[in-house]
Parts: sequence; structure tokens; C-alpha cells
Amino acid sequence: MESKKRSPIARFFKNPLRRWCWLFMGPVLAAFAIGFVWPFFQGIYLSFCKFRLIRDAKFTGLSNYTAVFADESFRHSFWYTALFAVVSLVLINVLAFTVAYLLTQGLKGSNVFRTVFFMPNLIGGIVLGYIWSMIFDGILSKYNTSILLETKYGFWGLIILMCWQQIGYMMIIYIAGLQAVPEDMLEAAKIDGATKWQTLFKVTIPNVMPSITICTFLGLTNGFKLFDQNLALTAGQPFIIQADGTVIKTTEMLALNIYNTFYGSSSTSPGVAQAKAVIFFILVAGLGLAQLAFTRKREVQN
Amino acid sequence: MNAKTLSAENRTKTILSVVLSIICVIYVLPVLAVVINSFKLNTYVKTNTFDLPTGEMWAGTSNFVKGMTFGNYPFLKSVWYSVVITIASTALILLFTSMAAWYIARVNSKFCKAVYFLCVFSMVVPFQMVMFTLSKTADKLHLNTPWTIPIVYLGFGAGLAIFMFVGFVKSIPLEIEEAASIDGCGPIRTYFSVVFPMLRPTMISVGILEIMWVWNDYLLPVLVLDINKYRTLPIHIQYLKGSYGTVDLGATMALILLSIIPVIVFYLSCQKYIIKGVAAGAVKG
Repeated sequence: MESKKRSPIARFFKNPLRRWCWLFMGPVLAAFAIGFVWPFFQGIYLSFCKFRLIRDAKFTGLSNYTAVFADESFRHSFWYTALFAVVSLVLINVLAFTVAYLLTQGLKGSNVFRTVFFMPNLIGGIVLGYIWSMIFDGILSKYNTSILLETKYGFWGLIILMCWQQIGYMMIIYIAGLQAVPEDMLEAAKIDGATKWQTLFKVTIPNVMPSITICTFLGLTNGFKLFDQNLALTAGQPFIIQADGTVIKTTEMLALNIYNTFYGSSSTSPGVAQAKAVIFFILVAGLGLAQLAFTRKREVQN
Repeated sequence: MNAKTLSAENRTKTILSVVLSIICVIYVLPVLAVVINSFKLNTYVKTNTFDLPTGEMWAGTSNFVKGMTFGNYPFLKSVWYSVVITIASTALILLFTSMAAWYIARVNSKFCKAVYFLCVFSMVVPFQMVMFTLSKTADKLHLNTPWTIPIVYLGFGAGLAIFMFVGFVKSIPLEIEEAASIDGCGPIRTYFSVVFPMLRPTMISVGILEIMWVWNDYLLPVLVLDINKYRTLPIHIQYLKGSYGTVDLGATMALILLSIIPVIVFYLSCQKYIIKGVAAGAVKG
């Protein structure tokens, strides 16, 4: 079994450590099996089944998936989520980079600014949602309306909320990246007579590409996976009731749509919800990996 | 560089500082709004959201008193369960994932590589993918109490922790462990008295990330726990809305204030570690 190529480290520890495999790996493997591996594969299986209770699941092939693609509320939430993810990704990253850039210029009070900007990150999504729904309703009630009455208020409200929460987080990552830009490169650019803007775009930004990769990856996947804030701020309101009686929740994002399909009052088939969840997983993982491949190519090697 | 451009640069810096200060004030306003509205009578929260609670709007501590039993669930009980779950889950994750990570990094067999790959893979899987089957599995195995839910957290949260620990263990020189082994330490002793103390920086980073995740997590506990008996803080706040016809916004804000005070205290006292932990956790991309 053991190949000769194994590192000296492994050979050294081979006997004594391996005997304790059950102790070192056992607890994590058991919990991992319960908390991830089994639910994941059972989830994939159940997405091909029709059932009300798991024990009488019947294999029905792709019927759940065709039901998902015929579901207008899912299609709506997909486009809504995609739009939200792109807008929030761009806004948060541009603003976070700007703030990080300013805070690395040796301004007075940079540490205080950093502390304040990062603070909202520690507040949980549900609490954030209620804080901002109070604020938005406080403003909108002056115009006799509410965040729950118009889709565009719900959309931009959530964008503002996410900017408030995420700019500080992304800023920290960008600051770490900016501090790692080699000083002599900036110096050389200055001596060569580059303007501030030229230095920023030709020297600084190419050198912080690894940070940009991480931040755009996180921004995109966070946007797609958003749930708590969406639930607490609007919970999908306002609703549109269509001619055939089905309801479109106009500010409902994908994660909330899946949740409502599983647990909502009109939920009929968890199989369809599970199929949505599988599609959601493929979408998030695929987008994340594609995005990583795309920006990784643009990183410079030092 | 001559004096003129230098002073011009100083001026831009001053202007920027002022602009950033203003943004900072705007940044704090939402939290300030929570503070002033938690002392305001409910009827005025919606109409006079941004006014100070003076005169007839002043509610004193009545929102806080009401908040204690608001939502048909004692507030302090949800605080207690949040604390129990957060501490137990974080401790469990730190202990067991660091042990597994050491084993993975040092033994490095095919089996270890497979486990490591699975951990990295689990980081890109959104919770919605497993939430239904996970909550059913947890129910079946009676993991639906605050004392057993840490096992679920260990399972779902192992990926990132193992990833970070393996990265760090690989950077520790092997000589120290060799020396311990020559001095007669078995693997267990080597781990607990030699490796474990060296893992401290990563322990802090992983610990901070796990605390922030578990404390604020809503979906996992709401699906796994029996919410008539056990509620965490986010669950409690979310269910305030459903318990009455209309929400008492004053009392809600009082509870929100009480729930973010410990977070802000925690942040201000461990700021250095929190920022470092977040920066370290972000490399997972």
C-alpha cells in the first residue's frame, strides 16, 4: 500500500501516530458524516424522488427538475438574485477598495476609521434586517409608503444594508493586499514620473489582484447565498398574485425561495424544493469556481 | 518635492480625513437609531424614528422590562442558549479539527488527502443544499438540543477549520515534534503538550470566525432545534414578529440593543484578533 515516495515526515510518524488514527480523525469524521456527507448525498438522491416523508420516497427521475424549471417564482428569484449579486458585488468592491486605498495613505485617524467601518460585520443578518427595516420605514413613512410596498425599495434597501455590512469586511482584505505591495515598485513608478492614477492602475491594482480575486469571489457567492437579511428585511414582499392563483414574491431571493418551497405554508413537495437546492448548489459552486479561474489568470507573479 | 506640492498634499489629506469622519458618523447612525428608539414609546418609533425620545415619547426602561418576556419566550433564556451553543461548538471545533488537521498534515496518506479534499469541497456547498436532510438526520439522532447541536456545527463547520489548521501545521518545522518523540512522548502527549500550544495563533483566528458564525447563525438552529423549547437570540428576534398581530417596535429595539451590546464589547476588546482572524479566514478563496 505505502509507496516509497512518502515524505520523511510520514515515515517518521508512521507507526506511532497511525495507531491513534481513530482518536485524531474519529470525532471529526463522525460529525462530518452526520453534518455534511450523509445529508449531501441523501439530498442529491431525494431530489429525484417524490415523497412527503423520507421513508416512503419513490424514485421519479427528473420530474422534480422539470417542475422547478416550470416554476415561475423560481425563475423570478433567480433573475432577481443574479441582478442583486452583480450590483452588490460591484458596489461593495469599488467602495471597499476606495476606502482601503484611502486608509493606507497615512491619514490621521486611520485606525479609528477602520474600527468603525468593520463594526457592522459582527452584527448578525437577522438583527441587521430589523435595524434597517426600522430605518427605511422611518424615512418612507414620511412619504406614506413602506419598504414592503415597492420592489425597488426592497431591492435598494437590501443593497444599502449589504454595503453597510460588507464594505468593512472587504476593506480589511484589501488593506492587507495593499500593504503587501512592494514599496520599491511604488518608488520606482514615482521616479519614472508616473502620476498617482497611473501608479494606481499600472502598479497597485495588478499587485493586489489576489485580494480582488478573494473579494469578488466572496462578494459573488455571498450575494447568491444571501438569506437572513432577505428574510428579516422584506421576506419577499410585496407579493404579486397572478391570474392562476400562484404568488410571485417580488423581493424573494433564491435561498429564501428554496426555504419557502420546503417549509412555506403552500409547500406541497419537498422533492421539488430539494431539486431547487441541488440546482442552487451547482450554480453557486460553478459560479464561484468560474470566477476564481477568471481572476486568477490576471494575478501577477512576483 | 517642493514646499508647494507638499502643502497641497497635506490639504488633500485633511479634506480626506474630514470626508472619512463624516462617513464614519453616518456609519454609526443605524446603531444610534437603535439606541434612541429603544427608549421610545412604541407608537412613536414609526412616526418619529429619528427624533430623540423626549417628552411624551420617552419610555424609560419600560421597553426593556417588556422585552424580557416579549414574544412568549423569556429573553434571558435565549441569551443563555446562544452562549451555551456558541461556546460548546467553538470549543468542540477547535479541539477536534486541530487534532484531525495535525494527523492529516503529518500522515499525509491517500485517506488523509481524500478527507482534506472533502473538507475543501464542503466549503463551497451552500447550506440550503443540505438543510432539509441535515435537520431530519439531526432529529433522528436526537441532536436537536442546545447540548448536542455542537456536533452538527462540528460536522458542517469542519471544512474551513481543517483547511486553516492544515495550512498552519505544514508551516511548523517537524524538528520540534521529532525532539519530543525522541524524549519519549507518544503521539497524544506530543500533540497536547507540544503541538497544541504552537497552534495558538490559528486557534484564535479559527475561534473568532466560529464564534461570529455560530452566534449570528439563524437557519441551522431554527431547523435543528425544537423552537418551542429552545431559541437562540437570532431565532428569538425573528419570532417576535410572528407572536403578536403587530410588532412592538420599541421592545424589539430594546432587545436588539441588548443583543448587540455584548457583540460590540467583544469587538472592541478583541479587535486586533478579530481583524487578523477575518483576514486569515478570507484566504479560503
